[in-house]
Amino acid sequence: MAATRLFLRASPVKCSLTGLTGGVHSSLGLTLLKLSPACTAKPQAQRRHAAHFTYHPEPAPSQYGPTQKMNLFQSVTSALDNTLAGDPTAVIFGEDVAFGGVFRCTVGLRDKYGKDRVFNTPLCEQGIVGFGIGAAAAGATAIAEIQFADYIYPAFDQIVNEAAKYRYRSGNMFDCGKLTIRSPWGCVGHGSIYHSQCPEAFFTHCPGIKIVVPRGPVQAKGLLLSCIADQNPCIFFEPKILYRAAVEQVPTEAYQIPLSQAEVLQEGSDLTLVAWGTQVHVLKEVAAMAQEKLGVSCELIDLRTILPWDTETVCKSVVKTGRLLISHEAPVTGGFAAEISSTVQVRVRWEIKAFYFHRGWSTYGSL
Amino acid sequence: TYADFTPQASFDIKKCDVHKLEEGPPLQAVLTREEGLQYYRTMQTMRRMELKSDQLYKQKIIRGFCHLYDGQEACAVGIEAGINLTDHLITAYRAHGYTLTRGGTVREIMAELTGRRGGIAKGKGGSMHMYTKHFYGGNGIVGAQVPLGAGVALACKYLGKNELCVCLYGDGAANQGQIFETYNMASLWKLPCIFICENNKYGMGTSVERAAASTDYFKRGDFIPGLRVDGMDVLCVREATKFAAEHCRSGKGPILMELQTYR
Repeated sequence: MAATRLFLRASPVKCSLTGLTGGVHSSLGLTLLKLSPACTAKPQAQRRHAAHFTYHPEPAPSQYGPTQKMNLFQSVTSALDNTLAGDPTAVIFGEDVAFGGVFRCTVGLRDKYGKDRVFNTPLCEQGIVGFGIGAAAAGATAIAEIQFADYIYPAFDQIVNEAAKYRYRSGNMFDCGKLTIRSPWGCVGHGSIYHSQCPEAFFTHCPGIKIVVPRGPVQAKGLLLSCIADQNPCIFFEPKILYRAAVEQVPTEAYQIPLSQAEVLQEGSDLTLVAWGTQVHVLKEVAAMAQEKLGVSCELIDLRTILPWDTETVCKSVVKTGRLLISHEAPVTGGFAAEISSTVQVRVRWEIKAFYFHRGWSTYGSL
Repeated sequence: TYADFTPQASFDIKKCDVHKLEEGPPLQAVLTREEGLQYYRTMQTMRRMELKSDQLYKQKIIRGFCHLYDGQEACAVGIEAGINLTDHLITAYRAHGYTLTRGGTVREIMAELTGRRGGIAKGKGGSMHMYTKHFYGGNGIVGAQVPLGAGVALACKYLGKNELCVCLYGDGAANQGQIFETYNMASLWKLPCIFICENNKYGMGTSVERAAASTDYFKRGDFIPGLRVDGMDVLCVREATKFAAEHCRSGKGPILMELQTYR
């Protein structure tokens, strides 16, 4: 892996290990990082990489009650089920949600709760979100589904200009905090340009909304329920490659995982790794490889909430390790890693032990 | 041989419903032997190509997404018969049929579907992104191609070559806001644009009754004249397209056609 090579070259001279920002477009994560010209590693032969990482389920949480084996889409269904049961104003709508959705996230809900609470919309994302904002402003807990994150752009105006600014411009007289937008997100190996996008960076430029990306079923249910309960419009991106691949023991009752709190998955002393969604699992493997092959101890952080993000946890970690590596699946230019790294550099400037490198490609998810 | 006796034949075709038009396309179509054989050959090739693509997709030799055109061949062939190769065409993601009628070869199409270098978009586009001269694809995002089509029509009008643009979309896309924005612009500026709604009764999985308040797609252009055409009859489609092309080329502005078909 390219990342390991970088470490290798750097190991005799520790300070050249970089605070790297990797921007990549498939679940290859760091394997797509370009080597810096100073490295003398031989160029790799052109190889086709298939998306690969192994999902390791986390131990079942014990504090939320009885658990059941669920994959990611089932945990989303469970969260929506809990919401519809507990909140009589909750409605779910989007394209094809009535029969269960193209990813089966809403299976059974229409039969259970009725067609006035779980219904299809026509093919009109701008209309879906606009309608959701209105429903939320009028007091309904509106859960809108955008069929793929790649299709969210017609709704961009509604999200940025209407949803995000509603409370501010009405002096808190109105708000659409009860709106949650859910959307499948991220590379899946065969999605190509219009079924693989990660548009979180576009929305982070907009104060007034929250953006959340879970890494697995337990996280997804808790974070989704927090988004629904949160008093601000939230966008919840679900990594589609994990819909079936990620299987865990998930509590059947409702529970919440707090927003804007990053989670340290693994403690370490040499390097802080930050990721969200699918990349967390890729970086888990990177951390294991780094430990095994180079003796580098990595601290792995799952950001969870992208906006507003947990600066404390990340900065505290970088103070400890002195080095930061962020990996995400979106184009590198203007990707969220740039924002994280510039904030960290400003706040932790004296503790950083490495030079800043900004690496990766700005391209589209490929076939 | 048969060729000596019947060089052409006349057929009665279904009357088209009209919207804001005094009269519709003719009720009779003349088909010559060459035309008949050519349409048949093209439609049959299209059908075989699509069925084979279906097989390859199930074998995971074609990856990604694969939207097939089998069942709707008469639309593509009929439209092409009504316009010239120098006219322009743009459609949504169900594009394999149009790629063939607009000059692509089966080999290039299959290579594109399987992601090979010999593909029509060098293997980079896949099923939804195929292009040829005067054929602007192949567009994955639903409805996004319609304003583009109006833009192409503007270029046609501006360059004064008596060309027009055929702009296709589906029954699902007909509910997108940008379609209505385009109707307005095209009508305001009298663009030579034929809007064609291929109504195959389902937007992905949702039937038209459940998605549209009005399923009279040919009327939804409101101020734009419309025709409802039997999309399963190649001659009906051809006559309607000729009628629509005449309307555009005479400077009367855009026209809308709804092709009722099935996949």
